Amino acid sequence: MFELLGIPPQALFGQLLLGLINGSFYAILSLGLAIIFGLLNIINFTHGAQYMMGAFVAWMLLNYAGIGYWWALLLAPVIVGAMGIVIDRLFLARLRDLDHLYGLLLTFGLALIIQGLFRNQYGVSGLPYSIPPELAGGRNLGFMFLPNYRGWVVVASLAVCLATWFVIEKTRLGAYLRAATENPTLVQAFGINVPRLITLTYGFGVGLAALAGVLAAPIYSVNPNMGADLIIVVFAVVVIGGMGSILGSIVTGFGLGLIEGLTKVFYPEAAATVIFVVMVVVLLVKPAGLFGRTA
Amino acid sequence: MPEAARDIATKAATAPLLSVRGLNAWYGEGHVLHGIDFDVAPGEVVTLLGRNGAGKTTTLKSIIGIMRKRTGSVVFDGVETVRMPSRTIARLGIGYCPEERGIFSSLSVEENLLLPPQVRPGGLSVEQIFELFPNLRERLASQGTKLSGGEQQMLAIGRILRTGARLLLLDEPTEGLAPVIVDDIGRTIARLKSEGFTIVLVEQNFRFASRVADRHYVVEQGRVVDMIPNAELDANIDKLHAYLGV
Repeated sequence: MFELLGIPPQALFGQLLLGLINGSFYAILSLGLAIIFGLLNIINFTHGAQYMMGAFVAWMLLNYAGIGYWWALLLAPVIVGAMGIVIDRLFLARLRDLDHLYGLLLTFGLALIIQGLFRNQYGVSGLPYSIPPELAGGRNLGFMFLPNYRGWVVVASLAVCLATWFVIEKTRLGAYLRAATENPTLVQAFGINVPRLITLTYGFGVGLAALAGVLAAPIYSVNPNMGADLIIVVFAVVVIGGMGSILGSIVTGFGLGLIEGLTKVFYPEAAATVIFVVMVVVLLVKPAGLFGRTA
Repeated sequence: MPEAARDIATKAATAPLLSVRGLNAWYGEGHVLHGIDFDVAPGEVVTLLGRNGAGKTTTLKSIIGIMRKRTGSVVFDGVETVRMPSRTIARLGIGYCPEERGIFSSLSVEENLLLPPQVRPGGLSVEQIFELFPNLRERLASQGTKLSGGEQQMLAIGRILRTGARLLLLDEPTEGLAPVIVDDIGRTIARLKSEGFTIVLVEQNFRFASRVADRHYVVEQGRVVDMIPNAELDANIDKLHAYLGV
């Protein structure tokens, strides 16, 4: 079997797969953040907590109601998305006309409260969530061993991202969203209910975070801190892709996951910081992000 | 309502489609409209003339409900709208074409054209819009803001014709356009009038306005100070020059 720069292929492709899986979560989470930022102009710091809530709702559905993974994939985003809608109506709707900073502070505070409540109830040691039997095991591809569940996560994430991109870029509803992002006052003056559109968009963005949480539950343990650890990286992904850019979030999410995976192979010491190094370089060269529009 | 303003209002046709009385509006703490009064009869084309900052654009924004802080009365087709949000007002059958045209850069020409929902039956079909504005047909896939200024204006007017709106609020549709395009827009407005649309036009260019309008309201410092029927425009031209400062 060949080696690349002295690295066995199993190690190389194994890390690339890990990078791709991390990239899947980066892509879904940054996509949700980008959609929310685009329309609501709010940097949703609660996103990590909502990702964690998705995983916890899946765990609760299984342990309290006997509802398994496949139904949880559908129900958890709906439940957490509905909670997002309540948050929007109760809190965020009151901040619409204020500076972004107020939304950021509010969502940051909410994230701390939500994480604190879950820590208080479930501790921080993590709760197990099993891989569904249909996706247990794996297959030998010759150059690497591919666990079925991890392959599923990559495929499902890609499908969700592409479907979301399609809805936003190619449908009438997406045209409403894009137009309302540019000029909500005029869209409203055409007879479109922009406040409702904003609330549903927030709910959808939160639902995406919860979906990522369900996908993550069998890979990482279900833990109140799982979102807090990830959200800073995801914000860096959003900045690199371009704030509010849908395509930027998807491409950058997967791309940075791969870069992180490659760094783990060739220079592991930098793996935890490589995304932030890329962010600094991108901000210096193209401050609006790789796919962002300059104002 | 001041007596002079009431007098102006009663000169308008009876049974108006749009009736504005004592309309006040504010930008934050800035009081911009100080009791606007005017009527527009069904099928009429009426212009609001006045200097920059007189309150013409704010009047249109108040009618469509974009100005949040507004008081007075705006009755459209018998329905009081002054406390309604703009989305509800639009759905009564009012189409708004803003001064800066409001073409969305993230949408193609086709998406811009199809964006406003149909609020009432009787709107023009896309094919009829292409008959009015043939240029748009060839540019459907282009990004909205890649069109020329004239084409963007055609798109801005075309998209509200699809909605079934009976009252069109057009804010300076000729601003910054070449004379040949201004002629096209003039012909289009005349055709829309002949098809029964009611139009309120904000214009700086009163020569253009005189070609298409039935009556002209003069707005000064947030009030309607005069109404001049188009047939009497020549006789009042010196007065109008004084109002407009030309």
